Amino acid sequence: MSETTTFKVPLMADLAAEGKNPEVLFWVGCAGSFDDRYKKVTVAFVKILNKVGIDFAVLGTEEACTGDPAKRAGNEFLFQMQAVQNIELMNGYGIKKIVTACPHCFNTIKNEYPQLGGEYEVIHHSTFLQQLINDGKVKMKESGDFKGKKITYHDSCYLGRANDIYEAPRDVLKMLDADLVEMKNCRTKGLCCGAGGAQMFKDAEKGKKEVSQERMEQAIEVKADIVSVACPFCMVMMTDGTKQTGKEKEIKVYDLAELVAQAEGLN
Amino acid sequence: MSFLPQLIFLIALGITGYLVSRRVSRISQNILLGKPLARKDKPVKRLQTMALIAMGQKKMFTRPLAGLMHFVIYAGFVLINIEVLEIVIDGIAGTHRIFAYVLPSSFYAFLISFFEFLAVGVMLSCVLFLIRRNVMKLPRFWKPEMKGWPALDANLILIIEIVLMVFILTMNAADQVLQTRDFADNHYTQTGVFAFSQLLVPMLSSIESNSTLVFIERFGWWAHILGIFAFAFYVTYSKHLHIALAFPNTYFSNLEPKGKFENMPSVTKEVKIAMGLIEDDGVVDEVGKFGAKDVNDLAWKNLMDAYACTECGRCTSQCPANITGKKLSPRKVMMDTRDRLEEVGQYIQSGKSKEEAFEMGSALYSDEYVSREELMACTTCNACVDACPINIDPLSIIMQMRQYIAMEEADAPQSWNMVFSNIENNLAPWQFSPSDRANWIQDVEK
Ligand code: SF4
Ligand code: SF4
Repeated sequence: MSETTTFKVPLMADLAAEGKNPEVLFWVGCAGSFDDRYKKVTVAFVKILNKVGIDFAVLGTEEACTGDPAKRAGNEFLFQMQAVQNIELMNGYGIKKIVTACPHCFNTIKNEYPQLGGEYEVIHHSTFLQQLINDGKVKMKESGDFKGKKITYHDSCYLGRANDIYEAPRDVLKMLDADLVEMKNCRTKGLCCGAGGAQMFKDAEKGKKEVSQERMEQAIEVKADIVSVACPFCMVMMTDGTKQTGKEKEIKVYDLAELVAQAEGLN
Repeated sequence: MSFLPQLIFLIALGITGYLVSRRVSRISQNILLGKPLARKDKPVKRLQTMALIAMGQKKMFTRPLAGLMHFVIYAGFVLINIEVLEIVIDGIAGTHRIFAYVLPSSFYAFLISFFEFLAVGVMLSCVLFLIRRNVMKLPRFWKPEMKGWPALDANLILIIEIVLMVFILTMNAADQVLQTRDFADNHYTQTGVFAFSQLLVPMLSSIESNSTLVFIERFGWWAHILGIFAFAFYVTYSKHLHIALAFPNTYFSNLEPKGKFENMPSVTKEVKIAMGLIEDDGVVDEVGKFGAKDVNDLAWKNLMDAYACTECGRCTSQCPANITGKKLSPRKVMMDTRDRLEEVGQYIQSGKSKEEAFEMGSALYSDEYVSREELMACTTCNACVDACPINIDPLSIIMQMRQYIAMEEADAPQSWNMVFSNIENNLAPWQFSPSDRANWIQDVEK
């Protein structure tokens, strides 16, 4: 099937020139645009959107950082500069609905943009994927790539505690024919990967160990083969975690979208 | 002469009332040193939150055993107050067990037995809590910020509660023995048997002297009520203040998603002017400072949080930074906020103006209290906020101080400054060219 799908990534500017307004804007985010590892997630997600026939577009080079790292680092001025710019752009295009694969972008646009004039329906890709599955639009292929594999889900703080999204990612994973296991800290008690609050962009303070290592040890405890994440920063940190614990070979880290794309045979 | 006990009682009650209300008004004055913050919307939702979290203690039960023991102490505390009411009426009116006259006698015995059941439950729980702290040494009670007064305070509270319960039981047991004695003016009304204190009756029955027994009964009565008066005053200085503040504190909880951090309105105008979206009307708003350096820069709710914190450390035990050995402890942030606020409050009491008071001692953001190293270690993960049984928000305080560091002092870590300049120039936290942002599209279409 996938061979017959031609993958397209419509740009908002082009659609606007044709007088079209897509149903949903895919907000890619900085990590999804620039980070080599997370670009794969962006690609996987876009392939799913294509396959399902979602009417979407991206902002391309017009997109700019939401300002989340600046805000969490305490630089409110820079955050609002970014926010207002993005809002101006998106309001100009008349955007109503946004989907994003980054919980930080999701949180910022959903919670912090409205007060600055940016009111949109914002959905994280985990919820979006869950809806597609519920609607029967995404069907996993039968071969069962994941059969007998243990998958654990690492809660992203900005999805979980920040926005109370705990079940959507798990529901997506349940569709894979795998064994879903929970780590000691999960859902509301989920342990951070260590990257939130702009920690991604600086060295950790003095301590006993890295947070990512602590978290990966919890995944090892439950004998997970795959740690699934739904956030670009968790992806980086958990991948570091496999190295810090010497488990690079045994434990793989994937984003939900990659797992779904793989199960759909979209690679 | 017979009015003497009543007089003494009234004086004790009056002194307690005066001291407690003076402390209450000082604490509220201190809380009001904080900045305004709107938390009065959605009263129904707020009442529900308070009912669930404070009255129902929902979050305590994430640790079921501790939750249960705590619930026993809480229920005991609330319900035994009915007996305290009787004691207060007796104390003022010079009566003895007034409720035994008003209530049907079997019901009275049942009621007191029920209170005794609670009293025993409270004692047991307190003993177990003491063991957990001091023998089992649960790590969260042995963090550096718990050294000295905080550890002593916690133990004192538990011990005082046990002692108060011992007095009730002793008084009830002596009362029951006296009910069986025959002597002039015996005013010990027949009440029937009390379920738990009756176990002490055989021991006290061996005392032949009625006056000794009366002394024991009176001693128990006075020690119990004076103990409660003293406790009420002590609590206002203790971490135990949560028994009162848990209620307003949960009522005024943040009802927004935890990931939503307030946008500073003072910045919005400047940003919009800078971007040419609005005209500069020339009106310079009173901006004050950005973020928080000291307690008066925080909102009143942050300060109420600090007084409500009971130093249980559930926040710290969930904090990824603390778990991995960093200096940050959200509990310490709350304790420091309270200590600094009390310090400033004392300067003000001693006649200093507010401006002078805040100049004295070290500000909240300082090595004396919350240091830069602690603030920089926070991942803004909200684990502490979620863990707090009474919805305290340490993260809010941490963020406001980070804003002060980044915006007022321009003293963010070097790597963050690079992130700032990358975002400004390249529209991403990394130093990539904005024109490369859509390069990934080639990977899809290939
Ligand atoms: S928000 Fe900060 S202080 Fe609170 S638990 Fe997370 S890292 Fe610790
Ligand atoms: S902030 Fe809450 S969880 Fe933390 S010590 Fe205080 S009462 Fe306990």
